[in-house]
Amino acid sequence: MERLIEKYLAKLRQQHLADGERTLFLAVDAELHSNQPCDAEVRALSAVFDRMNISSFLIAEPREPYRTILRELTRTDRPMFPRSQGADGIESITPMDCETRTFFHDIPVLERFTVDNVVMALSRRKSVVVGGERIATYGVVTPEQAFVSFSSTCFSTFVAYFYDSLKYFEACRVREVEAEAEFAGVFDRVCAALSDIAPGEMPCLAGGIPKDEDEVVRRLVEAGKALVQAHLVDSYFGNISYIFDGAAYISQTGSSLDELETCIDRVPLDGTSSVGITASSELSAHTSIYRETGLSAILHGHPKFSVIMSMDCPHRECQRLDCFKSCPEKRSISGIPIVPGEIGRGPTGLMHTVPPAMRDGHGVIVHGHGVFTAGAVDFREPFDRLVEIEERCRKAYFEKIAGLRRPAGQ
Amino acid sequence: MLRVDLSNRETIIAETPEALRRDYLGGRGTAVAMMGKRAALSWDAPEMPLIISTGPLVGTRAPTSGRASVVSRSPLTGTVFDCSVGGRFGTVLKKAGFDTLEITGVSGDWVVLRVENGRAFLESAGPLAGTNTAGVGRALRGSGSWAAVGRSGEKGVRFASIVVDGHYAAGRGGLGAVMGVKRLKAITLKGDGTVAVARPQELQVACEDIMRLLRASPAIFGEFGLSEFGTAALVDLIHARRMEPTGNFRKTFFDGASRYSGYAMKGAYDTRRAGCAGCPILCKKVGRGGAAMPEFETASHFGALNECSDLGTIVEANRICNDYGLDTISAASTIACHAEIEGLRLSPQSLLSLLEDIADRRTPQGEALGEGSYRYALLKGCAQLSMSVKGLELPAYDPRGAYGMALAYATSNRGGCHLRAYPISHEILRKPVATDRFTFEGKARIVKIAEDLNAVVDSLTACKFAFFGAGLEEFAKALTAVTGDVHDIQSLLRIGERIWNLERRVNEGNGIGKDQDDLPARFFDEPGSSSVMTRVPPIDRKAFLSARQNYYQIRGWSDCGCSGDG
Repeated sequence: MERLIEKYLAKLRQQHLADGERTLFLAVDAELHSNQPCDAEVRALSAVFDRMNISSFLIAEPREPYRTILRELTRTDRPMFPRSQGADGIESITPMDCETRTFFHDIPVLERFTVDNVVMALSRRKSVVVGGERIATYGVVTPEQAFVSFSSTCFSTFVAYFYDSLKYFEACRVREVEAEAEFAGVFDRVCAALSDIAPGEMPCLAGGIPKDEDEVVRRLVEAGKALVQAHLVDSYFGNISYIFDGAAYISQTGSSLDELETCIDRVPLDGTSSVGITASSELSAHTSIYRETGLSAILHGHPKFSVIMSMDCPHRECQRLDCFKSCPEKRSISGIPIVPGEIGRGPTGLMHTVPPAMRDGHGVIVHGHGVFTAGAVDFREPFDRLVEIEERCRKAYFEKIAGLRRPAGQ
Repeated sequence: MLRVDLSNRETIIAETPEALRRDYLGGRGTAVAMMGKRAALSWDAPEMPLIISTGPLVGTRAPTSGRASVVSRSPLTGTVFDCSVGGRFGTVLKKAGFDTLEITGVSGDWVVLRVENGRAFLESAGPLAGTNTAGVGRALRGSGSWAAVGRSGEKGVRFASIVVDGHYAAGRGGLGAVMGVKRLKAITLKGDGTVAVARPQELQVACEDIMRLLRASPAIFGEFGLSEFGTAALVDLIHARRMEPTGNFRKTFFDGASRYSGYAMKGAYDTRRAGCAGCPILCKKVGRGGAAMPEFETASHFGALNECSDLGTIVEANRICNDYGLDTISAASTIACHAEIEGLRLSPQSLLSLLEDIADRRTPQGEALGEGSYRYALLKGCAQLSMSVKGLELPAYDPRGAYGMALAYATSNRGGCHLRAYPISHEILRKPVATDRFTFEGKARIVKIAEDLNAVVDSLTACKFAFFGAGLEEFAKALTAVTGDVHDIQSLLRIGERIWNLERRVNEGNGIGKDQDDLPARFFDEPGSSSVMTRVPPIDRKAFLSARQNYYQIRGWSDCGCSGDG
């Protein structure tokens, strides 16, 4: 258990999500393990294990800009960030991205930490924001679940903050009023802090057609690490595949893209083996893309500004609530198609919408979800395309914000 | 609920006590609680109840929630025993106005219990007695949903099943023998009532949340998932992981497995989807002419465990078991045990012939094997060759390839069962996250929580497969919407723990405790079939015992594994 706690603390640091000092990670099998000295606070917090059937508990203050984002989203004097109240009286924020919609539903908000109210909130949801600055979450099976929920909460709240801010600036422009000065000041500080989580130098991937199965696996491992390093995906989400010798080599469901060494399934394209039952939930989308385009390498990441901009629909009068599932409009941003579609193979699954949209530009954004890119030979092309799409979306976002904040008539 | 006393031919309609619903939900929980002191009786005592109970979600639109639990004391294991059964039985029972059916007594003649919209009556089984279930199904056409025993149940085979609606079974533990000893040949149900939902709008939201997660799950709706290939989808995967029990668990890899994989079945029998009432997954696969395809466990045990790669033989073995009403896992495992003891390698024909000998108790050898592998091996002086826990034959996941599964087999309240904690979900299928299958680290707590969780699932009565995608978080919302009472993950898990501890206490009362929480010695002494990539060593006994001790500690039980009065 100590080994797993250390592993996920390191991931929290590496992915700029949280530092060790303000992080408490507890795990228990028969004995309690903690990353902090077993003082009175740890003993008090370990009471959650008496009240909940879980195996790990994580409470941490995220790094900037996530910390300020949490504070902003949970402030009661910020009407631009809507909250809803559940039947149990606990307020929640409801980011509209795919991860929240599918796995979280909503994220409860507690004013202050007590074991009682954290247990109550975590008895119905996977993570909770406490005191406007900390995220508490848990794992039933392993500490990895706590890490994944923490990471996803950072992602979802990031997307919610920037999306709702955009909508607020838009509303100010329509009403011809100035954005609230204090809000705008905080927004500028959050934007400045984005440089703290900016990726370093972009990795350089191996090129050319792999010569054998071992090289295919090495290429997948390398590309997975590159996606995480470039912040194009949280390590746990996203998926990646390569076609070689009549089979799709694809990351397994729930695998961390920076740890793919033993997490790749070889799925024969003729369907003769069902070992692909553990493959990514997007296996069908990948195989459909291959069939549709004849390309060989596919990357799927969740770059944040691509997700945010995909939700920025210009049709203000549109009353649809399920545009993530189906949308009659043919949308795009900077020439990159945006399509609806849910995870998996259901009737509104993205396996029906992504492949046809991949034909021309080798890149597609799925509404509120993420980006698919593909290449003919190796992972260089789809990786570069993914970086480019995110960069275009980021640029489009800030250009739009700048336009909205410019005094009318300028 | 409906109480039926077969001895006096009485039917009594009674209210289900509110405390039962509150403390045990329904299904398995309610039925186990209703057993009470009667669980100490012999399985064939007239007062021993056979209880069929539905859960609170049955009859509503909550996905996969149309099941029922069948509970009694097992003739095979001596433990309190529940089987979750699909088909339409649970749903129609609820629509007929009853959440629970309790049957006691012994009829003088073979009878059929007929239940229809709040009424119940018994009638002579007539020519149905002595008929196998396919014949029963034909005779009962138009009678609604039905459950019946075949000749195995009539003749007291210790692993006889109760067959429901032709393709489904309360398969394990010999509850068919309990029904048979009561001379209850069949139950028919008709009902067209509705089930009240306290907050329909909230139920709709909860159902949408559940469905979104099911659709996102590769194990359920993926290209190779259960909806596409049925549980036989697991044949290739378990083969690839080198944990396929072969030759009575002497090996863990069988070359011929691909011949009876889900893909092979689909190609050879042109299978179509079928399934339980209210289930969107439809994991049951039916071939041309209506033949039910074998489930993964059945295919693997009549296949690898008996070193038979002939798909036709496996499908026929499955048909025989369904027809006679016989648990496929115990039947195949008992035959494999016999083959090892006698040093035989059975031909397909001799395998099928021996199976019918057992099913119909038509030869002395068939009678001996009809006692189950443990009693048979004990009789032969080599009990260690029964690959069972608490007398229940192990299913088709070799514990040397999944250590959580090893621990869960040992601690299971009903014996060698994969479904009590189903660690395969995380050790192999990577849900909700993947764990290292070759370590006991953290597994004691995982197994404990999963046991409690599955006690809840069996009491709701939902399908465990739904939990490859959705979780208690979503089902708690559905339950709250249906009943109007507020439930959450932890309140439900506390109920699951209560059910588990009650079962444990019942078993302790019948002398079944720590000594039986163990695996056959083979798994600690002999390696599995390793490859260059995957080493399958024997399980380290010290590590196993340490994990078991951790499990007792986490359960709050004494070092001797006693649950106390809790």
